[in-house]
Amino acid sequence: MSTSASQTNAPTTPPISLTSRRGWRHRARDGAFRGAVTGSVIVGLVVLVALILQSLIEGWPRLNLDLLTSFPSSFPERAGIQSAIFGTLWMVGIVLVTAIPIGVGAAIYMEEFADTEAWYNRLIDVIIQNLAAVPSIVYGILGLAFLSRGLLDLGPVVLTAGLTLSFLVLPVVIIASREAIRAVPSSILDGALALGATRWQGVSRQVLPASIPGIATGSILAVSRAIGEAAPLLLLGALQFITFNPTGLGSSFTALPIQIFNWISRPQEGFHIAAAAAIIVLLCITLLMNAVAIWLRNRFQQTW
Amino acid sequence: MKERSGRESRGAVVMDESDRRAEALFEAGPPAGTEADSVLQESARLAEIARERRRQAKNDAEAETVFELKDVSVTYGGSYAVQGVSMSIRKNEITALIGPSGCGKTTVLRCLNRTNDLIQGAKVHGQVLYHGIDLYGPKVEPVEVRRRIGMVFQKPNPFPKSIYDNIAFGPRVGGFKGNMDELVERSLRRAALWDEVKRDLKASAMALSGGQQQRLCIARCIAVEPDVILMDEPCSALDPVSTLRIEELMDELVSEYTIVIVTHNMQQAARVSDRTGFFTVAEGQDEKDHRIGILVEYDLTPTVFTNPSDSRTEAYVTGRFG
Repeated sequence: MSTSASQTNAPTTPPISLTSRRGWRHRARDGAFRGAVTGSVIVGLVVLVALILQSLIEGWPRLNLDLLTSFPSSFPERAGIQSAIFGTLWMVGIVLVTAIPIGVGAAIYMEEFADTEAWYNRLIDVIIQNLAAVPSIVYGILGLAFLSRGLLDLGPVVLTAGLTLSFLVLPVVIIASREAIRAVPSSILDGALALGATRWQGVSRQVLPASIPGIATGSILAVSRAIGEAAPLLLLGALQFITFNPTGLGSSFTALPIQIFNWISRPQEGFHIAAAAAIIVLLCITLLMNAVAIWLRNRFQQTW
Repeated sequence: MKERSGRESRGAVVMDESDRRAEALFEAGPPAGTEADSVLQESARLAEIARERRRQAKNDAEAETVFELKDVSVTYGGSYAVQGVSMSIRKNEITALIGPSGCGKTTVLRCLNRTNDLIQGAKVHGQVLYHGIDLYGPKVEPVEVRRRIGMVFQKPNPFPKSIYDNIAFGPRVGGFKGNMDELVERSLRRAALWDEVKRDLKASAMALSGGQQQRLCIARCIAVEPDVILMDEPCSALDPVSTLRIEELMDELVSEYTIVIVTHNMQQAARVSDRTGFFTVAEGQDEKDHRIGILVEYDLTPTVFTNPSDSRTEAYVTGRFG
């Protein structure tokens, strides 16, 4: 290449070399880095696939409609997860109607109304960031101390569990909603205000609708995390043998992770198979919710 | 002009075929010959004549004052952005604010509908009288002010909704009770956008071109029937043809509205405005040696551009700096 170029051009042009001058060290380091990051992906994937495969193989004999429609039983081959699924649905419902309005409201305040320079708002900001990282068992203790016993004395009922999970996901919902609101350019609010809208009108009719896909995505991901939580529910005293669906906020209840935990701790092999099948169901629900979240994000993504 | 000479000198060294063609186009101006172009040129010529006539009529009669700025200064967090601006803006005129970057012309514009209130730490000193009422008086409600004094921004900022909803938003929040369809059509017609969008008013405003989006923003502004339209460099993100259309539109709108426009483009100020205020940056007027914007000269546009009384104005409008 370089010789032919110097032939056609004027002789004063210096010859150009396009071969690497940096040597094998650089290439080796480049290759090692690439290997490391590829390896990280593979480790993650292998663990996930192994988990799913193992559950599938073990739980396959019980993965049928009977499992979904039956109630727990002392006979492993007849035990099912209907009451667990309904318990989980009740809790999801409670989380949806409490954590999301409060979380979105808090996010709107933090993003659109709060004086970001004020020390108390900065403090709130830091607290929320930290709350998102608090282990779920701590929320279980909170629920036990203030909701189940103590202040409200609700007992180990579905409302207590729902509210506890609500506390758990609230910081995540706030953070996700704040990011979604922040992604809407300030020119949208400016435009609304310049038309004589009040700040609330501008936020509620322009900024908030524009950020709803982001808020929905974040909220769904938060709720799908809540569905898989067992630790706070165990602490709250979710019952493990419930042969009826919750009939109201004050019902005793069980939930999928609790049911799985219970079955795995039994000695009979049949319960282990049922647990594996229930794990598959739980995974499917979670994957389905995440798929909806991703679909929402791609469908309504706005480029400004 | 400076930019062009730079282009040419670079062009001599590394000019390939496409560069050369672009250069030729640049010299020849917009491509002539197509029907749309000749229509545009013709309408531009007619607009120029109308403008001239209006200007002459205006010079004689003493027009009503809409804004009276008395020694207005704006501080951001205690330091002055612009200081000691006094000017009166008249009804049914286009007033252009020109000057180099950082001279405070946008800041002054934002004083006129209390948009500066939205910036943390901004404070307006002096008096801004709107039809004799102090805009910063204790009982004045900023929302009410902005309802009467609309604003079009530098970058088109349509709401991510349908064309119809973009127009209807302002009237809706303002409690408009009449026929919305009619108002939407009227506003779009006034902004010279109706023919392009009438087939699908439910289409997303984000799918429009930049020039159409900006006209939509003007239509949106007109829909609330303001008294004044403030424009903050409305054409800086647009191509020359779209710019011309906006300028024509301003020329039509000024018979009903008072327009104040901030522009970086001196030719634009010269083309469209009746009066021009020239701002510049004064070095170190306070103890901290801050750069502060000041109003140097404010006069009829032809005077500012052909016979300025201040040497700084002359240097700017003749292209010697800025």
